[in-house]
Amino acid sequence: MSATANKSSKLGTTSPPLSGERLVELYRTMVLSRYLDERVWLLNRQGKAAIAASAQGHEAAQVACIEATDPSKDHYLTYYRQFTAMMALGTEPEEMLRGFLAKDGDPMSAARQFPLHGAHPRVDLFNFSNVIATQLPQAAGVALADQLRGDDAVTIVFFGDGAASQGDTHEAMNFAGIRKLPIVFFCENNRYAISVPLNKQMAVDTVASRAAGYGFPGVQVDGTDVVAVYEATQAAVNRARAGDGPTLIEASVERLQPHTTDDDHTRYRSPEDIAQMANKDPVKITSETLRRRDLLTEAEDEAIHAEAKRRVNVATDTVDAEPYPDTETMFDHVTSNRDEGGS
Amino acid sequence: MPEQTVIEAVRDTMRAEMRRDESVILLGEDVGLRGGVFLATDGFIEEFGEDRVIDTPLAESLICGLALGAAVNGMRPLAEIQFADFVWPAINQLVGEAARVRYGTNGVKTAPMTIRVPYGGGVRGGLYHSQSIEVLFAHTPGLTVVAPATPYDAKGLLASAIRSDDPVIVLEHKRTYRLVKGEVPIEDYTIPIGRAEIKRPGSEMTIVTYGLMLHYALQAAETVSEQGLDVEVLDLRTLRPLDADAIAESVSRTGKVLIVQEDTPAVSISSEVAAIVGERCFFDLDGPITRLTAPELPPMPFSPLQEAAFMPSPEKIVAAIAKLAEL
Repeated sequence: MSATANKSSKLGTTSPPLSGERLVELYRTMVLSRYLDERVWLLNRQGKAAIAASAQGHEAAQVACIEATDPSKDHYLTYYRQFTAMMALGTEPEEMLRGFLAKDGDPMSAARQFPLHGAHPRVDLFNFSNVIATQLPQAAGVALADQLRGDDAVTIVFFGDGAASQGDTHEAMNFAGIRKLPIVFFCENNRYAISVPLNKQMAVDTVASRAAGYGFPGVQVDGTDVVAVYEATQAAVNRARAGDGPTLIEASVERLQPHTTDDDHTRYRSPEDIAQMANKDPVKITSETLRRRDLLTEAEDEAIHAEAKRRVNVATDTVDAEPYPDTETMFDHVTSNRDEGGS
Repeated sequence: MPEQTVIEAVRDTMRAEMRRDESVILLGEDVGLRGGVFLATDGFIEEFGEDRVIDTPLAESLICGLALGAAVNGMRPLAEIQFADFVWPAINQLVGEAARVRYGTNGVKTAPMTIRVPYGGGVRGGLYHSQSIEVLFAHTPGLTVVAPATPYDAKGLLASAIRSDDPVIVLEHKRTYRLVKGEVPIEDYTIPIGRAEIKRPGSEMTIVTYGLMLHYALQAAETVSEQGLDVEVLDLRTLRPLDADAIAESVSRTGKVLIVQEDTPAVSISSEVAAIVGERCFFDLDGPITRLTAPELPPMPFSPLQEAAFMPSPEKIVAAIAKLAEL
């Protein structure tokens, strides 16, 4: 047991090690996320989903990170690729699809925003904008409020390697280090900022190494390994809850799809680079791990896939038939201050 | 009723709001032991402590991002941007993010945050301590922008801003901080956001203005009254939303309008006021919609004669009134 785990155990906040049962549940969420993600891509090609950013390749990192947190009190500031994280926090496939198809009842923004943007109605998950890295200073502010009140909550802020280049990332990490904020900086490094590879984004080897400049630990973890990501996040969350300050986690993942449905990664990724990704598919890797550890039989695995397919089909049929939001609702919720609109 | 300067009214109002509501926290550069570069937060860290009076690193995007994050997590942050000229790194967090929080989450999240921004020239501030930055904020749906010009209005509008459940930009003209004095009641009061006020009633012409120019306009109106001209002065006080009804009522009644602003003219508050007058007062006008503004140059030269030439002044306003009155 690590020193940080010891420290937090006296506060009674240590989350348990990941059981075999929970591992299978996380895998189930990953498979459902994968099928739904693939369906959204198809719906885009059918002209029904205007835009989508895929989490394919990021699923293990996202479910494992969420698993180490407490949705009843923690805060999640996400970015546009948090498809699986949203599902791990209990967002139903129908709710996800209402966002992608811009249908009435989209829980995040009433379909005003791109999919996955807005605020979740049941857990404190939000993603205000498409602008890269703006969520990091905001997350520091969320954590600051908890710290000032003495609340036992941790803020998890997600970002990609692209966001690591923004000034907001530096400003947020610097402040979080100064105030020892209860925050976890969770970087999903898929090595590409749309088309720009890592060696054109930074002169160092890892994002995690930058944490040294802010006075808190940075750890790099294999983002296809559910247990490794869970344990790294658990240590970071315990550290934050114990009042010891931030941690930067860098989960190395592959972006199995192009940046978005509007992108074509064959323009900038070599055939070899694209081919090697098959070995880094977290759904496949997790399936193999579970089978190897006798936590899952072949038949059970097939049943998980079959159920995910069925669930996605039902959700697609349901949401496809639903209406768009009424035009008049676009005037709602601008500001509470009077006379909005000047003249 | 005690008389105060604008900066005293600002300071007392912030202190009162922090006493009445524990969720009000201060964020900014040098707001702690220094008490702010204009001494707006003088004595605050001693009274409220380092938890509620937070000296931030020198990073304006951080200040506004922190305010936004704390605001959606139960606080009412009150942030200070040291000079308006330094607000640009925070535009992303204010115009891009805070303004759209309520709208982009369909009302699930709101951001009760106040950003105080000392602005304006005539203080030998040169290009980077003199700017009028109101237009970008006033253009943005979801933001509210107030620009009180008197100690009384500073107190009432700052209190309204802090108690608002949505982001409010409070523009304080730094030349007014110690120049302008006025009576301020000790008791608690607020001034509704979005309401202009007639600061001097008149019948022959309306001057529409705000900020430091209010005081220059009042001086000019006094000067021309000695020559028998009865000029009304309307103080906008809130720049978003503009009080279109008050503008239309006054201009329709007097038939002439002179819009006075310190800012440069293109695509500015005066442009919007002119549009309102054109749309709502067309048949009541008996003179052209007239503007007196800074010249179309980067605000504003450091050298004293050039600075004076750049700024509208009471004398220039008198001349503009005289010209419009003859038309």
